[in-house]
This record gives sequence, C-alpha cells and structure tokens, in this order.
Amino acid sequence: MPILVEERRPVGPPPPIKPADRGGEGDFGESGSAFPLSKGQIGVWILLTAIIMLFAGLSSAYIVLRGVPSWQNIELPSLLWPNTAVLLLSSVAVELSRRAIRRNDIQSMKSWLAVGGALGLTFLIGQLAAWRQLVNAGVYLPSTLQSSFFYILSGLHGLHLLGGVVALGIVLVMALRNRLTSLRYEPLKLCATYWHVLDGLWVYLFLLLLLS
Amino acid sequence: MSESHTGEHVHHELGFWRKYVFSTDHKIIGIQYLITAMSMAVVGGTLSMLMRYQLAWPSMISPTLGKLMPDAFAGGVMKPEFYVSLVTMHGTIMVFFLFTAVLTGGFGNFLIPLQIGARDMAFPFLNALSYWVFLLSCIVIFSALFVTTGAPLGGWTSYAPLSAIPAAGPGQGTGVTLWITAIALFTASGLMGGLNYITTILTMRTRGMSMMRLPLTQWSLLITAILALLAFPVLLAAGILLMFDRMGGTSFFVPAGIIMNQMPIEHSGGHPLLWQHLFWFFGHPEVYIVVLPAMGMASDILSTFCRKPIFSYRMMVYSMIAIAVLSFVVWGHHMFVSGMNPFLGSVFTLTTLLIAVPSAIKTFNWLGTVWGARIRFTAAGLFAIGFVSMFVSGGLSGIFLGTSAADIQLQDTYFVVAHFHLVMAIAPLFAAFGGLYFWFPKMFGRFMNETLGRIHFWLTFIGVYCVFFPMHIIGIGGQMRRIYDPTQYMFLVPQQPVNVFISIAAFILGAGQLIFLFNFLFSIFAGKRVLERNPWHATTLEWTAPTPPGHGNFGEELPVVYRWPFDYSVPGEKEDFIPQTVPATVVAKQ
Repeated sequence: MPILVEERRPVGPPPPIKPADRGGEGDFGESGSAFPLSKGQIGVWILLTAIIMLFAGLSSAYIVLRGVPSWQNIELPSLLWPNTAVLLLSSVAVELSRRAIRRNDIQSMKSWLAVGGALGLTFLIGQLAAWRQLVNAGVYLPSTLQSSFFYILSGLHGLHLLGGVVALGIVLVMALRNRLTSLRYEPLKLCATYWHVLDGLWVYLFLLLLLS
Repeated sequence: MSESHTGEHVHHELGFWRKYVFSTDHKIIGIQYLITAMSMAVVGGTLSMLMRYQLAWPSMISPTLGKLMPDAFAGGVMKPEFYVSLVTMHGTIMVFFLFTAVLTGGFGNFLIPLQIGARDMAFPFLNALSYWVFLLSCIVIFSALFVTTGAPLGGWTSYAPLSAIPAAGPGQGTGVTLWITAIALFTASGLMGGLNYITTILTMRTRGMSMMRLPLTQWSLLITAILALLAFPVLLAAGILLMFDRMGGTSFFVPAGIIMNQMPIEHSGGHPLLWQHLFWFFGHPEVYIVVLPAMGMASDILSTFCRKPIFSYRMMVYSMIAIAVLSFVVWGHHMFVSGMNPFLGSVFTLTTLLIAVPSAIKTFNWLGTVWGARIRFTAAGLFAIGFVSMFVSGGLSGIFLGTSAADIQLQDTYFVVAHFHLVMAIAPLFAAFGGLYFWFPKMFGRFMNETLGRIHFWLTFIGVYCVFFPMHIIGIGGQMRRIYDPTQYMFLVPQQPVNVFISIAAFILGAGQLIFLFNFLFSIFAGKRVLERNPWHATTLEWTAPTPPGHGNFGEELPVVYRWPFDYSVPGEKEDFIPQTVPATVVAKQ
C-alpha cells in the first residue's frame, strides 16, 4: 500500500541573520521580519489582557445582576468626579514624560514622571476618601448589589493601579540613576502602556457604575 | 543565570539547591511540574478508588477502614458527606492540579525552548515563580482534605448557593475557603506560565523556525496559553465575588428566601445561575486547555512512530485555532437543565455541534497519518494511538450531550461521567503517558523500560474501557452522578452488578498505574542509558540537543531550521527522517 502523504513542505534556506543585538536568542522566524513587539511589550499586553478579562468577568456579572428585581442604585460619591479628573491628568503627565525622553529631555522626563506618580497616589487617596463618603452615608459593602460592586470594582482597580504606582516609582528611581536614555527607555514605555490602560479601565468602570 | 541567555552563554556550576530546587532552568521547572502533578495524581487517583469502593459495596462494614479513617468511616461505613467531598476533591485535583499542570506546566516548560531552538524561557525568574506558586496552590488544596470540618462538598464546579453559604455543609466553611484560595493561586501561577509560553514562542524562535515550521506541540501550547489567559481571569472574578458572598455579606450568588437551620439567611437578591455562567465561561475553555496540548503532543508522537508526516499540518493548526475560538461560545451546553432560556439552549446546541467539525477534522487527520504506515509499536506510540481512540470514544458521546433534547434526559447521569472522563481525562492522560515515554530519554538521559511500558499500556487501555464503557449503560439506565449509594434507589438495584464490575476494573486499572510509577522512578536512576541524541529518529529540534541537554540547551551554536518538522519517509532519501536542521543543499543533490 502506498504511503499516504498529503503534503510536503518545500525546503528553503533560513532567513538572513538578524543584527547581533538580539545575541544568541535566535531571530524571529519569517524571513526578513523580526517580531514587531519586544518581550517586555508582549509581557505587559498579556498582563493587561488578563486584567481586562478579570474586569470583563466582573462587569458581565454586574450587567446580569442589574436586571434582577432587588437591584437598587446607590448615590455614587461626588468625589469620584475630581478623582477621575486627577487620574486622567496623571495619564497626561506620564505621556509627557514619555515624549520628553524621546526628545532626550531627561530633566522634564523625570519631573513629569514624578508628577504622574504623585497624581496616581492622589487618585488612590481620593478613592479611599470616596469610600469614606459612602460609609458616612451609611452605604456599606453588603448594603445593595450596586454598593457591593462599587466597593469591589473600585478596590480591585485601586490595587492594580497601586501596582502601577510602584512600577512608576521603580522607573523613577532608574531615571534618577540616569539609567534611561532616549535610546533605552523600555521600562518607561511599558509603564506608560500599563498606566494608560488602567486609566481607561477606570473610565469604563465609572461609566458602567454611572449608567445604571 | 541571566547571562547564560545571551550569546556567550557562560557556564558556571551551581550548587545542588540552585541547580535542582530553586532553579530558573525551564527543564528543571518542567520536571518539577511533572513530578508535583504526578504526586497530585496519586492523591486524586486514591480518592477515586475510595469512591469506587463505596459505589460497589455501599453498605459493607470495613473495620480496617474504620480504624484507618475514623472520621470518614464511622463504624466502618463511609459517611455520605465524606463521599461527596471525595467527588469534589477528585475532580478539582485531577482537572487543575494534574491535567492542566502536567500538560502545560510540565511538558510546556520542558519542550517550548527545546523545540523552538531557544536557550530558555523569555522570563526565567517568572517561570520559577510560577512553579512555586503552583506548589503552594497544591499544598493549599491538599490541606483541605485535613481540616477538621472536612473537605468541600460542592463538586469541582463549586455551584452556588451551596458554595456561597459557609453554613451549608460541614466542608463548606474552611473547605471551600481553601478551595477558592487554591484556585486563585493556581490562576496566578497559570498566568505567569502562560505569559512566558506566549512570549517565548512568539519572540524566541531560532533562525528559520517560522510559525509554519513549528511542531504541532508548540502550536497547541501557544493556543492553550492564549485560552488560559482569557478564561482563567473570569474564574478568578467569579471566585472573588464568591469569597465576598461568603465573608463580606454580599449577595451576588445567593437568592433571597433560603432557610438554613429553620432561620432565613440574611442574603438577598443574588442570582445562583450567574455563578454557573461565569464558571462555565471558564470551564469549557478549560476542557480545551487540557485537551489541546494533548492533541499537539499526540500528533507529533504519532507522526514519529508512523514514520509519516502528519496528515494535513495546516488543517491541524487551523482546526486547533477554530476549536479555541469556538470553545468560548459553547459553555451553555453545561446548563441545559439549569432553567436557562430554552432558546439560548438551541444556540448553544448549534455552537457545540459546530465545534465537532474541527475536532472531526483532527481525528480524520490522525487516521490519515496512521493509515498505511509501518507503525513502530513502542509504548509512546501505543499511547499516542490510544489517545485517538479515547478522544473518539469520548467525543462521540459528546454529540449526544451537546444536543439539548438528548441532554435533558442524560444530564447528571453516569453517561456524562463516562463522556467527560474519556474525552477530557483519559485522552489527555494517554497523551501525557505517551509524552513521558517519548521525552523521558531527553529529560533524564535514560530510557523507561519498554516491556513494562507496553504492559502498562495494555492494562490501561483495556482497564479504561472496562471502567468507562459500562458507565454509559448505567447512565442511560438512570444512575445519577454524585450519588452516595445506588442501592437506595429501587430502579438502580438491578444495575448494581455493573457497578461492582466497574469497581473491580478500576482497582486493576489503578494497580496498573503502579507499574508506571515504578518504571518511572526506577528508570530515572537505573534505566538503560541513552547513548545518542536522537534515539527515536525524530525530526524536531530537542533531539539535536545533547542528552540530557545542559544549561542553555544547545551548546555553543543555536540550531538553524531549514524545514518543517514532519520530514519522515521522504522518497529517495536513505534515512526515513530528516531533522529540521538539515540544510536544503543535502536534499538538492538527489
């Protein structure tokens, strides 16, 4: 019986060797096309995908439960508005910092980075104060379904943002030790990506909570 | 250790602890995953033996067991709540801590850098951390067996509201808390692992290793990692909400009006079905997180021992992608009788039958690979063929269960138990055994004993069919899952001899696995030494590395890839295999 062979892949030469700066790790397969993202970028996007899926799961639960008869809206703390503005400003600061290092303007990179981190911290303190506002209004975690969601969504988002603040702090220390230049600033780039996505996530959560 | 991942891989000898215990080397981490998961399998397997004992001889008094486990066997007879905790723990341990861990954690870590021609994972430290968090999660779930109130009772699916109310049963207090904690840790560990797998496969392939030259094992691991990345966080979200229901007084999953101990509970307004939706949104992709790597590994092993290229490589890849995409829209087929909108049920029936198409494509491709081949019946090859057999047997009953009209009758019977064991437990188990026999020489530099391997195969193959095939029949006969004592139901009594048969077969099957354990442990230290790099005459890159590969895997130079991984029996060639590293010029001479 003849051997059943469905297809044979043509044998071809390997693609040209890539520049040596990828040293030893091999290149990226398809001839002439290095993989467009660095390891760090892929890593951060994978992390962000996981975070987005976590909040997707939570918000789908929110949307389902919004339809049950016992759903009661709470009055969201007024502090959320200034908090959101502060967070958006922090994104602007982090972005300015990233642009500054692209121009090799190290000094303003450091300053904007510090401003971004400080605004991030201010947001977190503001969120705690917003919780306080709710507690003072007598709205606790188990009070209504929406209040449960509010505390959990804002708390989890805050924890993830706290991670971002720590990362910004580490990048700031790197910057202060002059380890970032316009040619090598991937840590800042990755941090900025994380920060912007987490900011966007808060805007989404805020809208979700508002539009009940 | 990081300097060794650059071009000039500096070899510096590490001490025992750094080399074999707190290692960041992907091979050691892979073996750590394998051995930890195998230990969990021993635990999970023992629990299933206790379950089979109970189901066959439900009212038999055993003074020995009564003495050994006085809490579980009061007066020598198993307590009902202990039986339900066995069901829960067996399912949880096997799904998460054996199959997910052994296939992606064990084989994934060991094989990814070796098969793509890299020196290590993209983030070696994160990889090590992933293992240690996994070990912690194993310890946490294992400890649930030993808390005074008992292990959780809610099944591996932990359905609410049972799981949401700590007072709902003896194991629902600390037991469920430990369950949720272990799953959360497992999720974190899986995320760290998956982050590594995706990044490594995408960015660290060696020169010439284009995506379409990847072995199918690598494709399956990449797709699995993406699935896990999308599915596990949703389970974590559900777990967080469940934890707040249990500890924070919230009512996400607890409806109003539940009476506990003659008192209405304080929760109000939740939705128990929400848990099921969230769980199965994770739970169905989880099935493919387990099955896909098994498919990839079985494909590569099958091709090697059939000495033929895999039939339709591209369709194999595309159907895996199709399965992965569809796996996110079929979860409702677990919930046909849950009170979900029947129209939604029809939609889920359609998507479920749709996912049978890429699965069937894969099956026919395996048959096409085996067809007309001069098969080498090694233990590894036999297990790969066994995988196909199990996948077909379990898959076909899936078509019945995926159709809502039939499922309403069969839901929660032993028909379901037979189906999911064959398709998502036994089939991956066969692929994992095949993988162990196949890659053991590369892992440890020694062979496993082939004769014992074949005895192990035949005992397992026949044993598994004796255990699970009759379950279809008693399932159609009406035996429900999770019941403690079938003889309590008049209509099940005539079927009881089948339960006895299944249990005896299960004990033989369990004993057969001891042969494997002995073979595995014995061969690590005293197996026949492997004297060549490529004992199976395979084509993929790991077989061009030294045996066992040293730190950095490939010596001074990384391999360069010139061809796809399935050049077996190329017409006109002297050898019946051409490794991926053989340049085109050699072929051009013919």
